[in-house]
Amino acid sequence: MKKEDRTQGTRYGMVIDLDTCTGCGVCSVACASENNVSVLYDESDKTRNITWMQLYMVTNGKGFPETEVVCIPRPCMQCDNPPCVPVCPSTATRKDPNTRIVSQIYTRCIGCRYCMAACPYQARSFNWFDPSFPEGMDRYLSPEVSPRMRGVVEKCSFCHHRLMRARAKAYADGRRDLKEDEYIPACVEACPTKAITFGDLNNPKHRVSELVKGPDAFRLLERLGTEPKAYYKSTKGWVRRMADNYLSGEFKGRG
Amino acid sequence: MDLALIPNGVQRCSLKVFVPWMLLWLVILAGGLLSAFLCFYKGLNQTNMNHHFAFGLWIVFDLSLIALGAGAFFSGFLTHIIGEVFIYPYVEDLKAIINAAVVIGFICYSAAIAMLGVDIGQPLRGWFIFWHANVHSMLTEVSFCITAYLGVLTIEYLPLILSNRKLNEIRELNIFGSNLHHAMALFAAAGTFLSFFHQGSLGGLFGVLFARPFAFREGFSIWPWTFFLFILSSIAAGPSFTLLCVWIAQKVTGKELVKRSVFTLLAKISGWLLATYVILKILDTISWAYGVVPRAGLSFMDFYEGPYGVWLIVAEIGIFGIIPAIILITPRLRERNDLLIVGALMNITGIVLNRFVFTIQTLAIPVMPFGKFMSYFPTWQEWGIAMGAVGYGILVFSLSYRYLPLFPQEAELNPIRVLGKAVTDSGIVKRG
Repeated sequence: MKKEDRTQGTRYGMVIDLDTCTGCGVCSVACASENNVSVLYDESDKTRNITWMQLYMVTNGKGFPETEVVCIPRPCMQCDNPPCVPVCPSTATRKDPNTRIVSQIYTRCIGCRYCMAACPYQARSFNWFDPSFPEGMDRYLSPEVSPRMRGVVEKCSFCHHRLMRARAKAYADGRRDLKEDEYIPACVEACPTKAITFGDLNNPKHRVSELVKGPDAFRLLERLGTEPKAYYKSTKGWVRRMADNYLSGEFKGRG
Repeated sequence: MDLALIPNGVQRCSLKVFVPWMLLWLVILAGGLLSAFLCFYKGLNQTNMNHHFAFGLWIVFDLSLIALGAGAFFSGFLTHIIGEVFIYPYVEDLKAIINAAVVIGFICYSAAIAMLGVDIGQPLRGWFIFWHANVHSMLTEVSFCITAYLGVLTIEYLPLILSNRKLNEIRELNIFGSNLHHAMALFAAAGTFLSFFHQGSLGGLFGVLFARPFAFREGFSIWPWTFFLFILSSIAAGPSFTLLCVWIAQKVTGKELVKRSVFTLLAKISGWLLATYVILKILDTISWAYGVVPRAGLSFMDFYEGPYGVWLIVAEIGIFGIIPAIILITPRLRERNDLLIVGALMNITGIVLNRFVFTIQTLAIPVMPFGKFMSYFPTWQEWGIAMGAVGYGILVFSLSYRYLPLFPQEAELNPIRVLGKAVTDSGIVKRG
């Protein structure tokens, strides 16, 4: 297989500043609403409910008054080396060579769930039930995103329909390239503290390309080699330490 | 009533016994069908699988059935390829169980494919694997090979079905059956090739999960070590399962169906393969513990907690690996009937445990550094389908035994006695 040159073309990614994130959960709600994520009869079943933007709450484990809590929002990591893509038997998931966004083709997914076993971030959800929405909510469904049927896997698409919309607009304006703020996912737009920055990691004009080079930038489970394009940022050493597994003495972070 | 269908030279129980026996397993199969209906109608929420346990009991059962069904391809390989092409002194012993091995293989594979049909969320799209095949996926390779191999097993089963007394009387079927019989080496070779790859790919299925350090293995070229270990473990367990099924058939029918030397041969093959497997598995575990594990920033004990404790690896490799290997390779021990059966049973248990560990434990281990161990127990619907597969297997095997010449040595070992004299196959009463 030809090796991919990751420095070329567009590589959409995001940086989530955990110091700014308040854990309000608006990103998660905006995501679910934007993408027609179905609602379970019992949403308290957290092992089966569908959340594209999951929130993890972690603490430094220390007692009062040194207790610190951080919320880690987790979209699909849109890995550059996605473990889910090569395993899918029916080619229902694929990394777009032009945007590097990992897509899921719901109408081709057979529901074998092998991709879920492969993904270490548990970013993928299976539709255990028929899709359902509370009464009245069905009138607010977005016509741009197809609801998923029972028995298929779904996941965050970096609001791919927004990219399509932005591209169509740019094309109508006679442009080929998108401006930095023209295409941003719903979670980025909704965040009240502007903790999430989105853009093209390969474009030096986009802020994300600078942010990922910062000393506080890190990724979840980086040692596994999945090369996520969702980055995090925190000045707190224990947060960066918690993002990956280390043997004793291996973590050399500051903060 | 069905006397005309029963093979020549052998005796079968009366229908008064056979029908209730079949009804029992039919009820169990019906339970499986009911569970399958519920899963089709209501969805996979009928199971206890969830986002953590994307695979459950059915995948463990599938992997186990396919491993245990390997007796068919390996016996076929030894009988038709090694036995015909090279001079192999044990070919007569193998011919005594080859029919049974084929039937067991057919049962295992057809049941596994049926279970997979329920396990996927969109059963009607199952054919997408073939239509939109992703050549990089181990699951694609598994699907292609097991489907093709079920075809091979059906072709191998067909001459046996056609040798039924009544079917054999039809001239065309007789000719077709015997022609197929002559081409069997070709199908045995195809079966060996296909089995080699799907048994391996089932191991590769887990070995390629590079983001799951518990399952991930390095390997040779595109094949992780689990690829080779799964092939080896399946051909170690397959003959033991064949042995056990024949032994159970002997106990149920109260007859000697094959000579003791056949059991000894199967035990010997199983034992030596298992011993090789266990040594390689230990080496694999050590290299994993010192390679993949620390590279992921983890230590060995991070993978064992709660119900999925370190006892699992002790049981899998130590108790159900080393001990049956010793029993089956030691002539003095395998000559004892009780130890022979215990050895075969332990061998199978160890391999099933291996499949369980790769499926369930891989998913139980937290992926996030701040995650927790999860545990899973199947619902009655999941058990129902698994048990339905067992019921189906016993039904097919019972029917095959009753109406087909499954064991070539049976007539010789159990001569029918008329007024105290043995009757041969041709109906001539033997002297004395």
